[in-house]
Amino acid sequence: MKDIRFENVTKSFPTRSGTPFVAIHDVSLAVAEREFVAVVGPSGSGKTTLMRMAAGLDHPSEGRVRVGGREVTAPGPDRAVVFQQFALFPWKTVRQNIAFGLRCKGVARARQDEIVAHYLRLMSMEGTEDRFPHQLSGGMQQRVAIARSYAIEPDVLLMDEPFGALDAQTRTVMQEELVRLTRREPRTVLFITHAVDEAVYLADRVVVLARDPGRLREIVEIRPVREAEQWDERPIDEVMDLPSFTHLRTQVWRLLRDQIRPDD
Amino acid sequence: MAFMTIADRTPHPRELMLLSLVGAALFFGGWQLIAISGAVSPQTLPSPIAVIATAWQLAFEPFAGHTLIEHIVASLGRFAMGFGLAAVIGVPLGLAMGRFRLLDDIVSPIFEALRFIAPLAWVPFAALWFGTGIGGPVMVIFAGAFPPCLINAYRGAKLVEVRLVEAAQTLGAGGLRIMAEVLLPGALPSIVAGLRVSAGLAWQSLVGAELIVASAGIGYVMVQAQSNLAPAIVMAGMLSVGVIGLAIDVALRRAERLVKSRWGQA
Repeated sequence: MKDIRFENVTKSFPTRSGTPFVAIHDVSLAVAEREFVAVVGPSGSGKTTLMRMAAGLDHPSEGRVRVGGREVTAPGPDRAVVFQQFALFPWKTVRQNIAFGLRCKGVARARQDEIVAHYLRLMSMEGTEDRFPHQLSGGMQQRVAIARSYAIEPDVLLMDEPFGALDAQTRTVMQEELVRLTRREPRTVLFITHAVDEAVYLADRVVVLARDPGRLREIVEIRPVREAEQWDERPIDEVMDLPSFTHLRTQVWRLLRDQIRPDD
Repeated sequence: MAFMTIADRTPHPRELMLLSLVGAALFFGGWQLIAISGAVSPQTLPSPIAVIATAWQLAFEPFAGHTLIEHIVASLGRFAMGFGLAAVIGVPLGLAMGRFRLLDDIVSPIFEALRFIAPLAWVPFAALWFGTGIGGPVMVIFAGAFPPCLINAYRGAKLVEVRLVEAAQTLGAGGLRIMAEVLLPGALPSIVAGLRVSAGLAWQSLVGAELIVASAGIGYVMVQAQSNLAPAIVMAGMLSVGVIGLAIDVALRRAERLVKSRWGQA
């Protein structure tokens, strides 16, 4: 397992006017091994840019991102990404989608089948292996995408608003399942979201970003409370009714509220 | 081919069939009437019945060394080589250009200039460089078939969602795998549409390509018939080109529909 470290990371993009747009300004952040960190922030605070730099899909203008001590320069299977719009290959079946990364790694065919079967079972998706993505609901598609990322046994899981495209009910079910999954098979997770309750429910720590330019505002510790009250053992609706949960949610919300503008 | 109409109503398939038959009947009937009216000599305009009879006769009796069937087979062989070569080079190159900006910038200007040169204009150099055996004619067909292969593969690759390429990268896929398993299938509907256009242009270039052939082929038949003052044979050749071209187009149209329905919700 590996940790993620952002070391004084600044990211700016060139614009037509000549003055570069600063998406992320001087962010330093460490996600420990097997830690689940959620990043929340108003739109334009550079949440996704942060994740993309850890994935190696974007590169810092200044500073560096290290995963397991090694500087990130390009995408790689040690850092799996779950995208908001699933990004499943439409011409591949569920089985072929999940096995894709395994084939890239050169895993033997028999072992591939075992791993695919394991994650289909874990995601309660047995019997769908020969379907195509468009034949599945949004929630099912995102389950396949998560299984595809987990299957390659990455050190780090990067999730970019993975439940953002799902309806409220499916979203809740998926949040609960993600907790179950990350408890069974812990990973170092960087989870991007704009939903405050989702962040508080899932994470060990919630990182709050500020915007213009995107920068670190505050980090809220969730883990002591989640462990003390055994959130992971309880159903999501019960957890979300706890006074401690409401309190933490309010705390994060206040850090965000004064940044939200009417045009958001 | 049905011409596009301004009418917003799509005719029923049976209606369409009927209208097509009416069109064909008017065309061939008019042609036959003019031919038998005596206004023009059969040396200038052979009647359609004479043309079909000639084609039937040529199917069994050799002309210019071979039967019409043998000539058609020779032409189809050249067509397959030129078209196949264009697809095998054009599609991967187009995909790579869609993926790598540098390659795009290097190849695009020269390609954009060359593609306006009609396939027929390559005939002298094709003969000079590759001879009049296999190479020359194949190059002329290739010149006609290549641009749509490349352009459609390129456009198709551009339309593949960036996210899918990124997903493949993060799952550990290398450049070749991304080309074969992401860009190619993602661009396939566009590629197949390009192949159809390409096959049409390849077949059209055939007669030009066979101007420099000295053995067999429909184009060769037409050139020989012209010098023998046998207009019915020239027209029998034209008829063969038309009918086979239509058959190729229908087959590829079917393949295109198949891919599109399979990729339906993609």
